[in-house]
This record gives sequence, structure tokens and C-alpha cells, in this order.
Amino acid sequence: MIDPQLLAFQALNGLQLGIMLFLMAAGLTLVFGIMNLINLAHGSLYMVGAYLAAWFQGCTGSFLLAALLAIPATLLVGVAVEIIVLRTLYEREHLDQVLATFGLILFFNEAVRVIWGPSALFVTPPDFLSGQVELPLGISYPSYRFAIIAVGLAVALFLYVLIARTRIGMLIRAGASNRAMVGALGIDVKLLYTAVFGLGAALAGVAGLMAGPILSVESGMGEPILILTFVVIVIGGIGSIRGAFLAAVLIGVIDTMGRSFLPGLLRAAFNPSIANAVGPALASMLIYVVMALVLAFRPQGLFPARGA
Amino acid sequence: MMRAGREAARPVVLYGGLALLIALPGLVALADQPFYLTLVTRMVIFAIAALSLDLILGYGAMVSFGHAAYLGIGAYAVGIFAFYGINAAWIQWPAAILGSAAVAALVGLVSLRTSGVYFIMITLAFAQMLYFLAISLKSYGGDDGLTIDLRSRLGGPIDLSSNTTLYYVALALLLLFLYLGRRLVASRFGMVIRGAKSNPRRMSALGFPLLRYRLAAFAIAGTICGVAGVLLANLTNFVSPAYMHWTRSGDLMVMVILGGVGSLIGPIFGAFALLLLEELLSSYTEHWQLYLGPILILIVLFARRGIYGLLGPVP
Repeated sequence: MIDPQLLAFQALNGLQLGIMLFLMAAGLTLVFGIMNLINLAHGSLYMVGAYLAAWFQGCTGSFLLAALLAIPATLLVGVAVEIIVLRTLYEREHLDQVLATFGLILFFNEAVRVIWGPSALFVTPPDFLSGQVELPLGISYPSYRFAIIAVGLAVALFLYVLIARTRIGMLIRAGASNRAMVGALGIDVKLLYTAVFGLGAALAGVAGLMAGPILSVESGMGEPILILTFVVIVIGGIGSIRGAFLAAVLIGVIDTMGRSFLPGLLRAAFNPSIANAVGPALASMLIYVVMALVLAFRPQGLFPARGA
Repeated sequence: MMRAGREAARPVVLYGGLALLIALPGLVALADQPFYLTLVTRMVIFAIAALSLDLILGYGAMVSFGHAAYLGIGAYAVGIFAFYGINAAWIQWPAAILGSAAVAALVGLVSLRTSGVYFIMITLAFAQMLYFLAISLKSYGGDDGLTIDLRSRLGGPIDLSSNTTLYYVALALLLLFLYLGRRLVASRFGMVIRGAKSNPRRMSALGFPLLRYRLAAFAIAGTICGVAGVLLANLTNFVSPAYMHWTRSGDLMVMVILGGVGSLIGPIFGAFALLLLEELLSSYTEHWQLYLGPILILIVLFARRGIYGLLGPVP
């Protein structure tokens, strides 16, 4: 009934979406776990990363050079936002944080329109990634999407080493479990916060620039992925990188598979008119249903944070 | 002295404002500017929605980031019945009320098991779910929305096809919900909700089943917002998934904060102020959001008691 090649292809697509979500969720969950800040503007940093990559590619003509420039540039934008606005919000209620970062979203969405114009920009992948990869069982998969998966896994490994094996990681974990104590031990907490926020911004920038060749780069592109990212970190358990990774892959696969196969499965079970009406609706609601189920049974998420 | 002066100004502002609202259709007719009547009707409708959000957000610390969903349910109840040629308000309006109450109860039942940031995110997720559901309703316009040919038929002498009548109906409902809301907040029920906000553990220890109280408050707020949706659909003669977009929920939260959390009157000021600000900024520049965003940030950072708080401490 279901073509195995298509199944494998969509599973890879789901994994690729999951990897993108992980890059977003890692930054968001770190910022939330350590600074106790809900940052709705995380999607804006993703958008800024994509726009900067498109712009640098226009200037330099090279995707790799653009990527190398866009990541530190997004990091700088993130650090500037942290210093100018967010720093004063750490001690505020979540409500204030939601509203202020909502204001940031309006600002960024309009700012990119002012700077780069209202029409969408496009990023072309580098030549050596424009082909297909031949996998066993006769599956061929676009090299660029394959590269996204590889880069994402490399970043996940880097984060694991950074957080579990280095001194900075130790401070991040300590900051997550007891902020006041870290400060009392003479660590510059302000600097630590800025560094963590910058790291999160850079990860969002990586996600944004890699999304450039797949999606069109336009104002407001950050919000759909931001809401998916929320679903991921709520399911994964807020503050947990490991939870973010597993939940991101889970959500990526469920969403992609649901959209491609659910309508067909329903058509097999019900009469076509019902299936055609319900299928797409159910497919786009699927991950929210999963989230509601997870929260109903495990309100702290599947993998609650234990240190990091 | 300053504070006493400002508190003395409060009744002047409130009753003066009310008198102005009642006289508005006459003034608009005199000035021959019918556009302003539509604008103010819109403000009144959003004031109802913001007031309903303040009931749970301000008094119960339930930060719902999906409140616009009920606006959409109320609007779609009108739109879908009108699509089948049923315009009678006695069918449309109860359906909208029951629909938004039922959805709010279901959403509340799951969301209220969580708190804090989880609650914010899960209410957002449910609203997104309904948003995508509305988009996938292809027979009711899907993404493009649905045009409503005829406004709700209330019967009797009240004819909503007149903009003035619609305005007065909206204004009357706003005042009714303000009155009922204040009664509710001051009642025993309201005391439990407020107690649960400041010390949930103590309230549970006193034997109050908090989930039930919170759920009831959540459903009441959703229902009132559903009524606002009914009015909005009648005003615009149109419904679309955009009514439920998450930025709309954000707008409602901004209105509550801007006007003053936990006062019920404050959010009315907030709704008027935000829509007026949008209208003013967009008449000066196409890129008005570029200015609105930083203004919101400044409000959050520096004007914590909201507009209503300027008239002395909120009781």
C-alpha cells in the first residue's frame, strides 16, 4: 500500500526537519533553562540568519563564505538584542517577557522588509551539493538536504561535548540548576548569560541559513518554525538539550509522515469524501495532538532536565 | 496630593468617556465621517475580548496565549450558519456561545494541568490547532475566509444591518460584561480564583478544588470572547482564519497589559489605545510595525501599571 522508497524518502525529510527544529530548540531551551526567559523573538534570529546569508551570498557569490559570515553576524545581532532589551527582562514575569519579545518580532519582521524589500529572497546551494546522493535500496536523496542532516548531527555532537566536557559547559549546567550560587562563586553571570544567548542566536542563524535554499527567505518566516520549536521543547522537557534533540526528531518525523501518509491511510479506512475533508486538517493538527497527549500524561515533558 | 488629584480625575474620565461613547454615532453623523463609527465599533468589540482575557490573566494568573481562538469560533459560528442561509440570531448566537464554551472547557481541561511557561505554550498550541483546522475547512473558504451576506437577524426593532445599531449592541454588551465581570470578581467564586493566584497551595489546603474553579473561569472567559467574535463577524461581514492567528492572541495580551492588568476597565482602555495607535501609525507610514514593536517594549519596560494605573492605584 505504501511505497517503501517513498517511506524512506519521507523519513529522511522528517529527520531533516527534526534537525532544523533541534538547532532552534537547543538555543531556546538553553536560554529558558538558564535565564528563565521566554524568547518569542528566537524565530526572528532564524529569519535574520537567513536574510544575512542571502545578502552575503549576493555580495560574495559563495554560499560557504556567506554561511561563514552570517553565523557570527547573527550572533552579534543576538548579543545586541540581549544587551539592549532582554537583559532587563530576566527578573520579570513571563508575561512581560512574552510581550516585549512579541514587540521584537514586529520590529524585526518590518525591519527586514525595510532593509531588503518586501519580496522574498532566494539562496542557491553550493554546486557540489546540488545533486543527489544514491543510498542503498535505490533511494536517491538531495545532497543538500543530506548535508543539513550531517551538519545538524555535527552541531548536536559539538553541543554535547561543549556542555558535558568543557568548563563553559560546566558553568552552563551550574547556571541552570542554581543561578545564585554560580554568581556567589565569583562567576560573571551577566557575561555567561550574554554568551549563552549568543550561542542560541548563532544556532538559530545556522538553522536559518540552511533553510534558505529550501524555503524562500521572507519576512515572517521565523514564526511557523518558532511555534514548532515550542512544541518540541515542551514535549522534550524545558531546559534539556537531550530532550530537545529526541523531541525534535520525533516531531519532525511525525509531522512529515503525517502530512504525506495520513490522508492516504484515511482514504483506505473511510469513504473518500470524508478522508479528503478530514485528512489534511488532521495531518496539520497531528503534532499539537501529540503535544496535548504528552502534557496530559507527563506535564514536565518526556525528558525533563537533569542538570542540562 | 498628586495621587488624590488623579483619583479625583478617575470618575471624570470614566463617565466622560462613557458619555462620549454613547454620543458617538450622533457626532459621527454630524461630522459626516462614518468610517470612525466602524473603527470605534471595532475597538468596543476588541475591548470585550480583552476584558474576557483579563478575567483569567489578571485575576487568575492564567496567561492564555491562544485567546483569539474563541474570537474565531464565535465568528465562524456566524459565518457557517450564514453560509447555509441561516441568519437568525437565536440560532447563530447560542451556537457561538456553546461552541466557544465547549472548546474553552476542553482546552482548559488539558492546559490547566500545567502552569507557568507550559501553560503559555500549550494554549498557544491549541489555538494553532484551531487555526490550521480553519484553514483546512475548504468548503468554508479555507485560507481565503468566508464572506457573510447578511448580518445576524435579532428580531424585534433591533436591525443589525444598521451600523449604528450594531455599535449600540456592542457597547451594551461591553457594559454588560464589565458589570458581570466585576460582580464575578468580587463574588466568592472570584475570591477563590484570586486566592489561587496569590497562593495556590494554601487554597488547595483549604479544600478548594482549584482545577474546577480555574476551569470554570477559563470557560467563562472563552465564552465572552466568543461573543466578541460574533460581533466581529457581524461588523466585518467576513470571517477568516486570520481572526485566530497567534499574533491576534498577542494583540489581546498587549491590550490587557497596556490598559492595566487585573482591573477589567483597564483592558478597555488598552483595546482603544492599541487600535488607535495602529490606526495613527499606519496613516503616517507603511512600516508602522517598525515603530509599534519598540513602543510595546518600552511600555513593558517602563509603564508597568498600564493606562488605567495612571488614574491612581487599581482597586
